[in-house]
Amino acid sequence: MTRVRLAAETDFSGFRAAARDLLRQGVEPRDVEFAVAGHEPGLFEDAPAGGGPTASSRPVPAVSRAFLSTIASASLHREPARFALIYRILWRLVDEPGLAQVASDPDVARLGALAKAVRRDIHKMHAFVRFRAVEGPDGEAFIAWYEPDHHVVEAAAPFFARRFASLLWTILTPERCVRWTGDALEYSDGVDRAVAPTGDDLEDLWRRYYASVFNPARVNPTAMRAEMPRRFWRNLPEAQLIQDLVAEAPSRAAAMVAAAPTLPVARRGAKLVDEDAERSEAAAPGLPALADRIQGCRECPLWEPATQGVPGEGPAHAALMIVGEQPGDEEDLAGRPFVGPAGRLLDRALAQAGVPRDAVYVTNAVKHFKFEPRGKRRIHKKPEAREIRACLPWLEQEFTLVRPDVVVMLGASAAQAVLGHTVAVTRVRGEVLDLAEGRRGLVTTHPSYVLRLPDREAAEAAFEALVRDLAQAWALARPA
Amino acid sequence: MDIKTKLEILADAAKYDASCASSGGQKRDSRDGKGLGSSGGSGICHSYTPDGRCVSLLKILLTNACVYDCLYCINRSSSHVRRARFTVEEVVKLTLDFYKRNYIEGLFLSSGIIRSPDYTMEELVRVARTLREEHLFRGYIHLKVIPNADPLLVEEAGRWADRLSVNVELPKPESLQALAPRKEIKDIRKAMGRLRTTIEEAPRSKGRSFAPAGQSTQMIVGADGSDDSQILSTSASLYGSYRLRRVYYSAFSPIPDASQALPLKPAPLVRENRLYQADWLMRFYGFDVEEIVDRAQGGMLDLDIDPKLAWALRHRERFPLDVNKATREDLLRVPGLGVRTVDRILVSRRVRSLRTDDLARLRVPLRKALPFVVLPDHRPTKLLDAPDLAARLRPAPRQLDLFAAP
Repeated sequence: MTRVRLAAETDFSGFRAAARDLLRQGVEPRDVEFAVAGHEPGLFEDAPAGGGPTASSRPVPAVSRAFLSTIASASLHREPARFALIYRILWRLVDEPGLAQVASDPDVARLGALAKAVRRDIHKMHAFVRFRAVEGPDGEAFIAWYEPDHHVVEAAAPFFARRFASLLWTILTPERCVRWTGDALEYSDGVDRAVAPTGDDLEDLWRRYYASVFNPARVNPTAMRAEMPRRFWRNLPEAQLIQDLVAEAPSRAAAMVAAAPTLPVARRGAKLVDEDAERSEAAAPGLPALADRIQGCRECPLWEPATQGVPGEGPAHAALMIVGEQPGDEEDLAGRPFVGPAGRLLDRALAQAGVPRDAVYVTNAVKHFKFEPRGKRRIHKKPEAREIRACLPWLEQEFTLVRPDVVVMLGASAAQAVLGHTVAVTRVRGEVLDLAEGRRGLVTTHPSYVLRLPDREAAEAAFEALVRDLAQAWALARPA
Repeated sequence: MDIKTKLEILADAAKYDASCASSGGQKRDSRDGKGLGSSGGSGICHSYTPDGRCVSLLKILLTNACVYDCLYCINRSSSHVRRARFTVEEVVKLTLDFYKRNYIEGLFLSSGIIRSPDYTMEELVRVARTLREEHLFRGYIHLKVIPNADPLLVEEAGRWADRLSVNVELPKPESLQALAPRKEIKDIRKAMGRLRTTIEEAPRSKGRSFAPAGQSTQMIVGADGSDDSQILSTSASLYGSYRLRRVYYSAFSPIPDASQALPLKPAPLVRENRLYQADWLMRFYGFDVEEIVDRAQGGMLDLDIDPKLAWALRHRERFPLDVNKATREDLLRVPGLGVRTVDRILVSRRVRSLRTDDLARLRVPLRKALPFVVLPDHRPTKLLDAPDLAARLRPAPRQLDLFAAP
C-alpha cells in the first residue's frame, strides 16, 4: 500500500504532484491511500509518495481546463475519500480518454456532485457572511463569523477582496481565518466563535427591512429552506425572526382578506403638475393633430401589440408623396416612418435620383407595425386587405392635408391602398396612373424587396430600377 | 418620522415588485482601493424570506405617496396606507451601510409619482448619481423608469444603473385602462422602446455605458380577467419588441386596504409558477404560446402538472424518443429533461450509449421522463399508450410540487 500525506485539506498542488508520480510509477488506485496531515488514520505511516515496484508506468492523462477546474473544486469537499476518487478517475482517463465527457459515469457523476456542492458552498459563503462593524486601532473594521460546510475559505476569499478592497475586514471560521490588510489576504488557523463580535447596531434596521419585505399572503417556508437551509440560520441576524413571521403569517393574511374594502380617501391637491392641458386640441386640423389622433386608432387589432402608431412625415405641402406598406421594427420604436434598413435604402435611392429627401412626404398605407414575435425578434407580417382598408381614412386625410401632385406607391400593399384594388407591381411600374383630384401615381417596388434579393447583381439592378422610378416621379412632380 | 419607520413603510410598499435579479451588470470591482463594491457575473441572493423569495437588493420606494390611483396598488392615492418619504441622503446611507455588511448586492429603487414624472425621475437619478459619483459605489443599481419622464433623465439613469425597468403592470391594455386610468399603455410601450434603442446603441458609443444588464418588466397576474394564453402572448410580444431580459409575473395578492373593484381572493401562487415555467419554455425550449396553452382548457395552463408534461401528454404521437439518437430540439421536449441535462446527454452519448441508470445519475426524474423515451434497456410503449398515464403522472391531490423542474 502506498500512502500519500497531504500538507492540508486544501493542498491540491501537493495532491497533483503526488498523483503525477503515482501514475508514472503505475501504482493502481486500489493500492493508494491519501490523508491530510493531522488527520491520518491510526496506522497511517509517514511514508513518502511512491510505494513498491509495480507493473507498468502510465502516462499522465491530458485534462481539459474545465475538467481540471471540476477536479480542483471537488478536492475542497469535506469528504475524506475525495482524493482517492480523483486519483481513480485520472487512472481511468488513460484508458478511457472520453471519460470526462460522460457525466453519467458513476465516478464522474460523483465527482460532479462533489464539485457542485463545493461551488454552492462558496456561493453561499459569498451570500451569507455577515460583517459586524467594530472600532479598531486603524478605525472602522468589519468582522464576520462564518461556518462553511467544506474547505472553501481560501476559494471564497478573493471575492470579498474585490468587493471590499477599501474596507478592513476579517472572516473568522472554525477551520481557517482570512484577513484583508488593505492590499493582501492573510490566512491563519481557525478560531473559536467566542472571539467574534456579537452584534452591530445596524442589525436591527436590517431585521426590520427583512420583516417588511416578507409577504404573509405568500408564506412558503419550504422554498425558503431549499435555498437557505436551517444550518445557516444561527449566523444570520435576520433568521431569528423566521419562526415568528411564519407563525403569524396565516392570521395576517386572513386579516387582509377579511378587512372590508375601505372607502377611498379623497385626496385633494394630489395632481400631476403639467396636466395634459392640450387634450381639447384633439380635433384641431393639421398634420400634428392627425399624428395625435392616429395614436388612438382602434379600427383594427394591430394597435394592440405595437409600440405606437407611425404617422407620415414631411412638409405640410409636398409635391411628391411616397407611400410604403407599414412601419417596421425600428419605425415602431422611433415613431417615425422609413428610419430602418428599408428607409436607409430609400434615402440612398432618393439621393441618387436627385430627389431632395426633405421635400418629400413619406408615409405608410398601414400605420401600425404588424408582426409575429419570434424569441427576441419580431417577424414582419404582410397586412391583410381589411387592415389596409381600416387604415385608409388616415391616408386619405394625409392626401387632403399634403395635397401632393404625384404619389409613389412602394409595393403591392401601398398600391392596393391608393388604387383601391390589387395590381401586379411588375406589370404597372413605370406607367403614369391617373388618381382622384388630378393627382398622378406611379407604382414601384418596395425598398425591402431590394434588400431581400439574395443575388447581388439582381439587387443592384432592382435598386437602379427604383432610382429610375423615383427620378421619373420627381420629374412629373416638378415640370421643368 | 424616524428612519426605522420609514424603512418599514417604504420596504413594505416596494415588495409587490417581484424583480430581484442582480446579475449581468457591468464587471466592476473596487481593487483600486477607492470605491466600494463589485458587480458582474451571476447575482447573489443574500437572504430568503419565509415566502421563499430572495433578498438580493435593498428594494425600496423613495416615497409611497402617489398621484395615481391604480386600483391594484397599495400606494394608490385613494388608499389609507401610511405615507413616508426618504431623502436622497437617507437612501444613499442605508444602501452603503447594508452593503458594507454584505447584506445586499445593491439597490433597487422605485417611487410613487409625486408632482410630475420628471420630478420623480430626477429624484431617483439623484440617488444613483450620488452613490456612483460621491461614494464610487460599484454595486448593482436597478432603477424604475417613470413613463413620460424626460428622455434626458432616462439617459442619465441608464448611465448610473445596471438595469432599468418599466412595468407593463397588466396583460391587456383594456385592463390598464380600467384599473389604472391615469396610466397609458402607449407611454409604457414608448418608454420600453426608447430603452431598447438606447441599450442597443450604447456599445457603439465608446466609454458610455447604458443599463448593461438590460431592461425587464412586471405583470400582475389575477387582478384582471386575462387568461394565461393572453398573458403569454403579451410576454412573447414584449420579449420580441423590446428584447427584455425578463418578464416577472406577480400573482395578485390581497393588499391591506384593498380597493372594492378588485378580486379579494389571491391568485393561486402555483399559477404564477406555471407561468414562469411556460415563459421558460418559450425562451429556452423552442415552444410557441399556441403549443403551451391548450385551447380546450379555456386558455389556462394546467395547475396540477408542469406545462411541458401537459404538452407531451397531448402529443403522445411524437414519443417515445430515443435518448441516444434524438436531436437537441426533440430532447428539450421530453418532460423532466432540462437544458443542462440535455446538453450533458449530447456530450455523453458521443462516448457511450446511455441507459436508465445513466439518466438516474444525471438526476433526471425518471417517473416523469421514462414514459416518453427509449433506452437500450427500456421501452415505454405500453406505458405511453396507457389511458391512465396522465392520471398517474398527476400528483396526488394537495401535494403540489411547486418547484419541480419543467
